Amino acid sequence: MNPVIIVQLVLILFVFTALLMSAAVMVYAERKLAAAFQQRLGPYLVGPRGLLQPFADVLKLLFKEELRPKASDAVLFAIAPMISATAAFAAFAVVPFGGETTLFGLLPEPVKLQVADVNVAILVVFAIASMSVYGIVLAGWGSNSKYSLLGALRSASQMISYELSYGLALASVLVVAGSLSLTEIVDRQSGTWLGFLPRWFIFVQPIGFLVYMTAGIAETNRAPFDFPEAEQELVAGYHTEYSSMSFAMFFLAEYINMVTVAAVATDLFLGGWQGPFGSESIGWIWFLIKVAAILFFYIWARWTLPRYRYDQLMNFGWKILLPVAVLNLVATAAGVIYFAR
Amino acid sequence: MPGDTVLFYVFGAVMVAASLLVVAQRSPIYSVLLLIVSFMALAGLYVVLDAPFLAVIQIIIYAGAIMVVFLFVVMLLNAPYEAAPADVARHWVGHGPRRLGAALGVVLLVELAWALWRGGAAQEIQAIAAAQGSGAVSSVREIGGVLFSEYGFAFEVTSILIVIAMVGAVVLAKRQL
Repeated sequence: MNPVIIVQLVLILFVFTALLMSAAVMVYAERKLAAAFQQRLGPYLVGPRGLLQPFADVLKLLFKEELRPKASDAVLFAIAPMISATAAFAAFAVVPFGGETTLFGLLPEPVKLQVADVNVAILVVFAIASMSVYGIVLAGWGSNSKYSLLGALRSASQMISYELSYGLALASVLVVAGSLSLTEIVDRQSGTWLGFLPRWFIFVQPIGFLVYMTAGIAETNRAPFDFPEAEQELVAGYHTEYSSMSFAMFFLAEYINMVTVAAVATDLFLGGWQGPFGSESIGWIWFLIKVAAILFFYIWARWTLPRYRYDQLMNFGWKILLPVAVLNLVATAAGVIYFAR
Repeated sequence: MPGDTVLFYVFGAVMVAASLLVVAQRSPIYSVLLLIVSFMALAGLYVVLDAPFLAVIQIIIYAGAIMVVFLFVVMLLNAPYEAAPADVARHWVGHGPRRLGAALGVVLLVELAWALWRGGAAQEIQAIAAAQGSGAVSSVREIGGVLFSEYGFAFEVTSILIVIAMVGAVVLAKRQL
């Protein structure tokens, strides 16, 4: 077999496993950090410092009985979590997470740390993100339960509303970079200004970054935008009727979506794998650090900010975030033309 | 068979099967989902043709935006399963539209058969592609350039049409402005 294909297959398997593990790490980090914010201990019984808690949770879910409401639509009920999980995994396929590396000399030839180098990578991420709404909507409708349907409707309207601002924030970055390829966008961010300020797009596009992160939190249905599963009103939103592994798949999809949003934010705004020192071969370490920082910010926001009211959410999305994103894009385009002359 | 041909047949088969099932089964919500499957297969065909930009746009616009609206309409109207043909025949919709549909179907079939039998179209397309140089279609820059220069007027007219549609939708939705 062609060695290039073998390397590709190994890379795909690696990314898949790494995403699964990142979800486990995120669950642990979320519970520990939540406990810290609330002056509790958090999980500490399973394994040293409770490190094995996520695996215990997965095992428990595996052995639970799979329940399905009598009035539900069997096919839609079954495929909805699959759509969610597939969309979550697929989006990461085009995200580069490091420069060329030989893994400290373990490999004879340098390998590009990205599954598929597509020249329209940003748009692929956006397209797959827009697919994930189907998983949620079908779960809500297929369950044939009022809480699920209300949760799904809220989720869909929220995702559609914030997708616009999300897309416009992406557009302003690609106007600055002049490319749709994530690898090229990261390459444009190498070097420094005045010798100390890294050429990251967050310094060119601070508003774009804020819009992207806000819309990203709303897209992944996290607090303070976690209406789809507002437990005080909707029990558990769109996955109320799900149990066992199909529930675990929704859970997994949510955490992997967060990781993907954080990874794309790192590539777009924080210079990807460019670090203050070290060669490109250890770039993936810088990448991990940056993604971890954004994910910490995510968890921090969840346990600090209370949930919006539903009308506030819609008002904010359409009357504040969208105009800001549009103005930012227009100003960026004008700036690019002005400085290009 | 080269890989491209295999992929073409796989995507083509999925597309034809999904499109047939859109009209062949009775639940409207499944029709919407099968139409999405068909659009995805079409996007796959674009990728095989080395036009990833078109493929992604196909997914974002058709599968992502338009079909979500379709899905909402079907879900919120709670459209029931279509009645069996025997029931339909008894109602007034039974005859006229059906005959018209059948006639249009036959016309389409004849047209398709003629196009396939003629066969010359494929060579014409290849000639055009060769004249324009390969890879021209897949570049975002190229598409943008052509769209805003050569087809600028058509582009602007389309935007005006969409603005009118938006204003119309708002007026219809809000009785009192």
